[in-house]
Amino acid sequence: MKPSSEIKSIIKDSLFTGLISLALFGPIVGLKTSSKGQGLFVTPHVGIVSLLVLACIIGRFLIGLNSLRKKEISFVSNITSTISSYMDNKGKHVAITGVLFAIVFPFLPFTDRYVLDVSIMILTYIMLGWGLNIVVGLAGLLDLGYVAFYAVGAYSYALIATTFGWSFWICLPLAGVFAAFFGILLGFPVLRLRGDYLAIVTLGFGEIIRIILINWYEVTNGPDGITGIPRPSFFGLPFKKFPEEGEASFHTFFNLEYSTMHRIIFLYYLILILALITNYFTLKIRKLPVGRAWEALREDEIACKSLGVNPTNTKLTAFAIGATFGGFAGSFFATRQAFVSPESFTFIESAIIVAIVVLGGMGSQTGVVLASIFLIGITEIFRDLEQYRMIAFGGAMVLIMIFKPKGILANRKPTITLKDHLNE
Amino acid sequence: MEYFIQQLINGITLGSIYGLIAIGYTMVYGIIGMINFAHGDIFMIGAFIALIALILFGLTGIALPIVLFLVLLITMLFTACYGWSVEKLAYKPLRGSFRLAPLISALGMSIVLQNYVQVSQGARVKPLQPLITGGLEFFKDSEFIVTVSFLQIFIVILTIILMSMFTILITKTDLGRAQRACEQDRTMTSLLGINVDRTISITFILGSSLASVAGMMFVLYYGVIDFYIGFLAGVKAFTAAVLGGIGSLPGAMLGGLLIGLIETMWSGYISIEYKDVAAFSVLIITLIFFPTGFLGKPDIEKV
Repeated sequence: MKPSSEIKSIIKDSLFTGLISLALFGPIVGLKTSSKGQGLFVTPHVGIVSLLVLACIIGRFLIGLNSLRKKEISFVSNITSTISSYMDNKGKHVAITGVLFAIVFPFLPFTDRYVLDVSIMILTYIMLGWGLNIVVGLAGLLDLGYVAFYAVGAYSYALIATTFGWSFWICLPLAGVFAAFFGILLGFPVLRLRGDYLAIVTLGFGEIIRIILINWYEVTNGPDGITGIPRPSFFGLPFKKFPEEGEASFHTFFNLEYSTMHRIIFLYYLILILALITNYFTLKIRKLPVGRAWEALREDEIACKSLGVNPTNTKLTAFAIGATFGGFAGSFFATRQAFVSPESFTFIESAIIVAIVVLGGMGSQTGVVLASIFLIGITEIFRDLEQYRMIAFGGAMVLIMIFKPKGILANRKPTITLKDHLNE
Repeated sequence: MEYFIQQLINGITLGSIYGLIAIGYTMVYGIIGMINFAHGDIFMIGAFIALIALILFGLTGIALPIVLFLVLLITMLFTACYGWSVEKLAYKPLRGSFRLAPLISALGMSIVLQNYVQVSQGARVKPLQPLITGGLEFFKDSEFIVTVSFLQIFIVILTIILMSMFTILITKTDLGRAQRACEQDRTMTSLLGINVDRTISITFILGSSLASVAGMMFVLYYGVIDFYIGFLAGVKAFTAAVLGGIGSLPGAMLGGLLIGLIETMWSGYISIEYKDVAAFSVLIITLIFFPTGFLGKPDIEKV
């Protein structure tokens, strides 16, 4: 084709894109319905629609021109592959630096209460991401109902602590056990299913748990949730300004000025330790036979079966272990908030955790950290743009699947591979 | 007995709506083997477009049947654009990627569509005054009067008409033949000179327009919509598709009716709070014990 006719076809394409985008944005963006008194009214927004359509036309035109020059934009993929090869070589140093930074973080001059609160939230998501990474990243099972185990952990802590008054340190393992129990309960029948069916079934399970939490008033107090959940104590020392008679409090015991920051800093370290335990556990178990079996199953289930790996049992361990960490994170959540309600455990929460694992690169521990910081931390600053943030979330998931299906930091390489001696 | 008949009628109406959405799931699954997670949100967008069109035409004062017909066409046209674009943007580049990639992409697309509607139309529920009122009453002498509203008749008849047209399209025309061929073997079909990409696009267009009709029915029937209706309706319709046998078109309709009936009977006789649990449980039980559904073909695992 001659260049001029190619330009013509690009222009034609762009105009067609404009027409389609007009059809897309015209009614939904352009005609906003708003209720006034009795009925609904429609207010037209012409300006924003024309802007969107124009953007689509120009975008399509630029993409067309770019493919004309036959030059791919390899810029982004260059950066990410540089990062991942750097991570492969220097991964250990980066990880140690990261952990050290995380340890001194609460005492840095710019760290105030807000920053620390956000960091605790990020760390919670990192822990959830690492927990789900065992299921999604290592075993290759897409779990869209991970939040169910988070909810089980949170509610079992909340219920045990408010009913029996047991301390956080007893409830934490119990919450993990309960979550693992639910994981096995769900996993046992469904893990024979194929990948996409499994995803839908886990989604259904997550929703069932949530609906039960909403409607089982006698136990869960319905949509109002459970309040007054006890805060954790520092090895038996509560964080109270005025401890009861004869009881030592954290600040009196250590002769410190009372400050609410003590509790926040303690919570920060608590979740940091929990998260690091998750990470350490994952890194170790990857090298054990069961961890290798997960990775092998993810790569080729049929080959695994023929080599005598029992797929259901292997998947079940991944599911149960992932659920346990979800339960730990859940009980941490409950003790931090001192309040749980079904609203915190919606499907979108599961989707966010899946997004963190997927964007980070399924199986990559560092990727989960980066994705959590990016998705939760940076967007926390733009809290007012909550809905736009979710659009960006979803859009990023689509784009990652198209351009970098292995995630920003790909680490789908099996931990252990057979070296090909003939080629060496 | 009268109560049962009333629930039966409600169930069939609801089932028609679910059945129309389920067709989109089952067709897409049949042709490219993916669960189009965003299909429920396409249904939701259809409902919004229908709502907007109904308000706009409501102002003009044209006779109601003409308004309904025009709204139907407009809704199908505009929603089909969404279905087509979603396929082009989010699924087409992923053919040949690993198995879960399209599902994750669809999940992302679903989040995008939901929040896009929330941003542009607002998060509050949109109420619509009932347009089609009145109905027929039966068993007038008994204590429970069974009502069949004209709206329910409209929904069921419209579903029957669309389904018949659709069945003719799939079984009798060249397009339908190409579509069925693609389901069986895409490589072979393309060797025989059929544009597979185009056929897949048309599948999405057809599925979305049927879902949009379901959306329009939903607006008329419930009179209240918000940006979140697509999730539940989507899961239920997917359950319907699985129950009927995924990949089978009559199965989708049958599954839709069953899910509609299960839901109304459950809320009528057992508990209304747990009606969604009923749908999810049916989904889980079907997938575990009965993954081929009623009219589906068994799935053979190949190396």
